[in-house]
Amino acid sequence: MSAGIISSVPAATAGVHPINGVALAVVIVIFGAVAVLGFLAVRWRVKPAERGLKSLDDWGLGSRGFGSWITCLLLGGDIYTAYTFIAVPAAMWGAGAVTGFFAVPYTIVLYPIVFLLIARLWSVSHRHGFVTPADFVRGRYGSKSLSTAVAVTGIVATMPYIALQLVGIKAVLSVLGLGSGNNVFMQDLPLIIAFVVLAAYTYTAGLRAAAMTAIVKDLLIYIVIIVAIIWLPLQFGGWSGIFDAAQTKMASTSPVTGKPVGSVIPGAASFSAYWTLALGSAMALFMYPHTITGVLATKSRNTIRRNAVALPIYSLMLGLLALLGYVAIKAGTSPVGLDGKINPQLVIPQLFMDHFPAWFAGIALSAIAVGALVPAAIMSIAASNMFTRNIYRDLFKPDATPQQEAKVSKITSLVVKFGALIFVLVMDQSAAINMQLLGGIWILQTFPSIVAGLYTRWFHRRALLLGWAVGITYGTLAAYNVVNPATQAHFGGSIATIPFTNIPIYIAITAFVINAVVSVVFTLIFRALKVKDGRDITTASDYGADEHDPKVAKFDEKVTPLEPGPAFPVV
Amino acid sequence: MSTSEVPTRGPARPGPYIISGILLTVGIVVPLLVPLYARKEPELFGMPFFYWYQMLWVFIETFLLWITYTIVTREDRRRRNMVRTQAASTTQAFEETTEDEK
Repeated sequence: MSAGIISSVPAATAGVHPINGVALAVVIVIFGAVAVLGFLAVRWRVKPAERGLKSLDDWGLGSRGFGSWITCLLLGGDIYTAYTFIAVPAAMWGAGAVTGFFAVPYTIVLYPIVFLLIARLWSVSHRHGFVTPADFVRGRYGSKSLSTAVAVTGIVATMPYIALQLVGIKAVLSVLGLGSGNNVFMQDLPLIIAFVVLAAYTYTAGLRAAAMTAIVKDLLIYIVIIVAIIWLPLQFGGWSGIFDAAQTKMASTSPVTGKPVGSVIPGAASFSAYWTLALGSAMALFMYPHTITGVLATKSRNTIRRNAVALPIYSLMLGLLALLGYVAIKAGTSPVGLDGKINPQLVIPQLFMDHFPAWFAGIALSAIAVGALVPAAIMSIAASNMFTRNIYRDLFKPDATPQQEAKVSKITSLVVKFGALIFVLVMDQSAAINMQLLGGIWILQTFPSIVAGLYTRWFHRRALLLGWAVGITYGTLAAYNVVNPATQAHFGGSIATIPFTNIPIYIAITAFVINAVVSVVFTLIFRALKVKDGRDITTASDYGADEHDPKVAKFDEKVTPLEPGPAFPVV
Repeated sequence: MSTSEVPTRGPARPGPYIISGILLTVGIVVPLLVPLYARKEPELFGMPFFYWYQMLWVFIETFLLWITYTIVTREDRRRRNMVRTQAASTTQAFEETTEDEK
């Protein structure tokens, strides 16, 4: 990095975060290697006909050819993001099990859900060339308004998620001592450089770049976590002492609320919050466009199921990582930001920096930074695929060619990333966190449209749209009404009581239940009133199709030269 | 039914799907029964039950899913073969289509 940054570090903060040359050098080298890999991915497993990645399938779904291993790494990189690595231990450090450790049951019950639902989505998408979940909703319900609602929800929910990956990189940079200048531009320069590189290789190589860099990410993260989980507890006298220290901190009284800080083992009052957070997050995760992109990029119907068997292993890693939050309590880690304020998100990077040799701290910090690049790439690709398919093509240019689609998607991926960058640079970090929290509530409201559609065509499109709208409205209002006791700010958390009771649960679940009830009731009403329903272009056999079954476009040519739609009378 | 409704699989037998359904339900419901594990004892290497039990579920889940995967793919293969052999005996046309795909 330039000398300008180093010399502009004010003396006061330089004492807290001196730039560690060795660690910084390691981070720069690894980051550079990852960037090179990202660019090289443009030629990775590319058939001559696909050169230049000129269609959405080639650029945005890696030509739909990823096998089990690559998918495992890609989805691993996609689900267990840098933000997770930073936020989960930070939550454990701050308030104990309820807000942090639920991530473990969440990422465990996730996989039976995936196993159950996602193979059918793969099959129907393979058959009809769907690229996004909104494509499927459009094909299933013949409703542009419903598919647009799903697409907009997906894009809006993904944006703050990308921004949070930047927050992750920022945490690493500030522990390294970078980004502390008085000059606003110099302050954010390292982050901007990292992001420009990411944007450039994603633009060039699409999902292939994400998959390629995911390999490095996983390797690094695994090494770091295995070392951390063996080395650090030994340094602090074993788990027993660590849990005792956590217990002492959680039992102490918070000066702000006058209640205990948190709990190491949740009390009966927070049981329902704990399991609804886990279940709601698990149901929501595979509604996000970026995870579905990872699924649709696979080669065959069963690839995702094979992955569901293997991926829980990552949850073990996440659980161990979460416990590092307690290790940091025992170690007395002080996560002070460059502005001199306590920032819990710095806990893990700071812990690594304090207790590892500089070179290994460098590896550990770059693992987090690279861990941010992979999901950020996939998310921006997924959001731009959605924009291209479900907004640009469906609403503005129905006759867009595959080349045009790829081009629009590439450009959108740049816009999305810079949008996220500006979000993080200009707005307060807590804005990104609030938006992400809301995003989780919102995205779950697309669950009835997408998932019910995989099994039944019973629901009426307008009822689903109505249910979605009511769910989103309730969820947003309920989240707004949660006030942070310390700062008095709105959007203070994602737990609220079920209306007319005093049982606190995850807001997304309440909103989802309301959404589902509205959808059912209004389907009955609309059916009784004989409100016109949309046309379904899918058939029952589509939901079981596999790799070697013909695609609709293929055998359609033999039947009629028309586009898929007209050739398919509703069953 | 138009020509496009080419069945991709033969009819399902309920057995394998009922068993996998039960396994998956266990895999979703049991890890969420918080009262079962929200306690400190017995500890393992100084770690409260609450923590090691939930991490233990990683392995239980993998095992459940592996069994389910085996059952479901076997049934899936059987259903697909059924369609393939039927198609071969009645018409040659479908076989050719699938061959083209490869």
